[in-house]
Amino acid sequence: MSKKFLIPIGPYHPLQEEPELFKLYCEGEIVKDIKWETGYNHRGIEKLSESKTYDQVFFLVERICGICSTSHPFAFANAVEEICRIEVPDRAKYIRSIIGELERIHSHLLWVGLAGHFLGYNTVFMWAWKYREPVLDLFEMITGNRNSYAMFKVGGVRRDIEAAKIPAIRKVLAEVKKKTDLLTGAVMDDPVIHARTKGVGILTKEDILDYGAVGPTARASGVAIDVRKDDPYAAYPLVNWKVITAEEGDVFAKAKVRLLEMYESISIIEQCLDGLLKEKEGDIAVKVKNIPEGMGTGRAEAPRGEVFHCVFSDGSNSPARHKIRAPSYVNIATFKKSCIGQSISDATISLAAVDPCYCCTERMAVAYDISTGKRIMNGAEILKASAEKTREIMSKLK
Amino acid sequence: MTTEEIITGLKEKFGPEITDTIRRNEKRYVVSINPGALLKVADYLYREAGCRFIIATALHTKRGFEIHYHFSKDATGLVLNIHVVLSHEKPQIESLSNMFNASNWIEREMHELFGIDFLNHPNQEKLISEGNWAEGVYPYRKDFKKN
Repeated sequence: MSKKFLIPIGPYHPLQEEPELFKLYCEGEIVKDIKWETGYNHRGIEKLSESKTYDQVFFLVERICGICSTSHPFAFANAVEEICRIEVPDRAKYIRSIIGELERIHSHLLWVGLAGHFLGYNTVFMWAWKYREPVLDLFEMITGNRNSYAMFKVGGVRRDIEAAKIPAIRKVLAEVKKKTDLLTGAVMDDPVIHARTKGVGILTKEDILDYGAVGPTARASGVAIDVRKDDPYAAYPLVNWKVITAEEGDVFAKAKVRLLEMYESISIIEQCLDGLLKEKEGDIAVKVKNIPEGMGTGRAEAPRGEVFHCVFSDGSNSPARHKIRAPSYVNIATFKKSCIGQSISDATISLAAVDPCYCCTERMAVAYDISTGKRIMNGAEILKASAEKTREIMSKLK
Repeated sequence: MTTEEIITGLKEKFGPEITDTIRRNEKRYVVSINPGALLKVADYLYREAGCRFIIATALHTKRGFEIHYHFSKDATGLVLNIHVVLSHEKPQIESLSNMFNASNWIEREMHELFGIDFLNHPNQEKLISEGNWAEGVYPYRKDFKKN
């Protein structure tokens, strides 16, 4: 009989946006069950929000996630503007979409890098992160910050993108496009990546609907949902673009969707920059005096999927109740489907495939023998096992 | 199914159970129902109307415990909020987690933070503070004192 192992991934591990503990119950090499513990980093943001003014809440929700830090203010603005029934100026819509799409590009590049790392392709990791840097520099130029951009407010945005800055943005986009070509070519044609990711961690259409999964995780399983198209906001209805989907539902399909989405993002930004040139500079917000009583539901498509904010206002200057749902909240639950039956060496990439935000830098994964409680493998050795599987496939292909 | 068809269907099938319908705009509706009808309504929305469960929002108000179940019809951009009010004394309602897994975590979270009971939940354990929070203390209730 094969040995039974318990492999805890976490509580601190680079696979997760915040500390969480996943317990993989394995028999031999195969994952038989998965359980999790969350709440290690529960900050009570929903409760905190009730003690802040609407202007302050933007800065608070921006800090929910370190990577997609504009998606939460985006959804919150949509919710509050629904309560106020106000329309923001077109120039503000373009700027909002530009920030949202730049964020998608840097987030997807980050994912490609980490996915490479988990497969033992550290060159991909180094390259993708190197190509991501100019995008962060762009953010610094436009907003003053590489992250947590502080661009949103009720009624519009805080800073304009002047015409003088547009050529520099276009230059970086052209460069990112070339690098995306290179990465896409490397991923799409590589037989080793095919062998490691095709047929691995499959989620069917039914699984997606059952777990309510969103974003690239859903689109890679043929469920064409995208808030930007379904419930258009900001400048998305003003520009041409398409929703990228794949049918297979495996890790490869998720990578493909993300890579191809970067081209759409580049195209959206280009069109938004054209739109900006037609609008009057400085017209970036409408004045909002107070938030009336009522309820608003705002959605935004973050790089990982739909962010949902529900705001209840009692007419005061703070939300009476503020519900927040990040996409990873529903996507992480799909691990129960994607990981069971996989081998341990495929578990890391299956977990990484839904792109749970990779904020935290601390990492820990140790394998214990359930019967003796003795430590068998540490995190580095588990990653090594994954890298070894890639090398083994490589040598067979030669 | 269009938005109109979904709303009309709800009214036809569950007319007596619906206490209020508010149309906030063409893509946002709030339908208040009797808590006892939740399972039937959710079944209609999920299986017949093809809606996706987004999340649920619980509130503690003067009326008791209110829950808004947010459903999305992605093809039309509709966000349909199914609203129920539960009593102060005994907040309990049927769990939706036997119908779809999407509500599993949020029901556990509402149970933990508001003390609402979800009947027939497959696994109503704490989601956030397993093992390090006092029993029977619910931090998101309005009467919760920070100190």
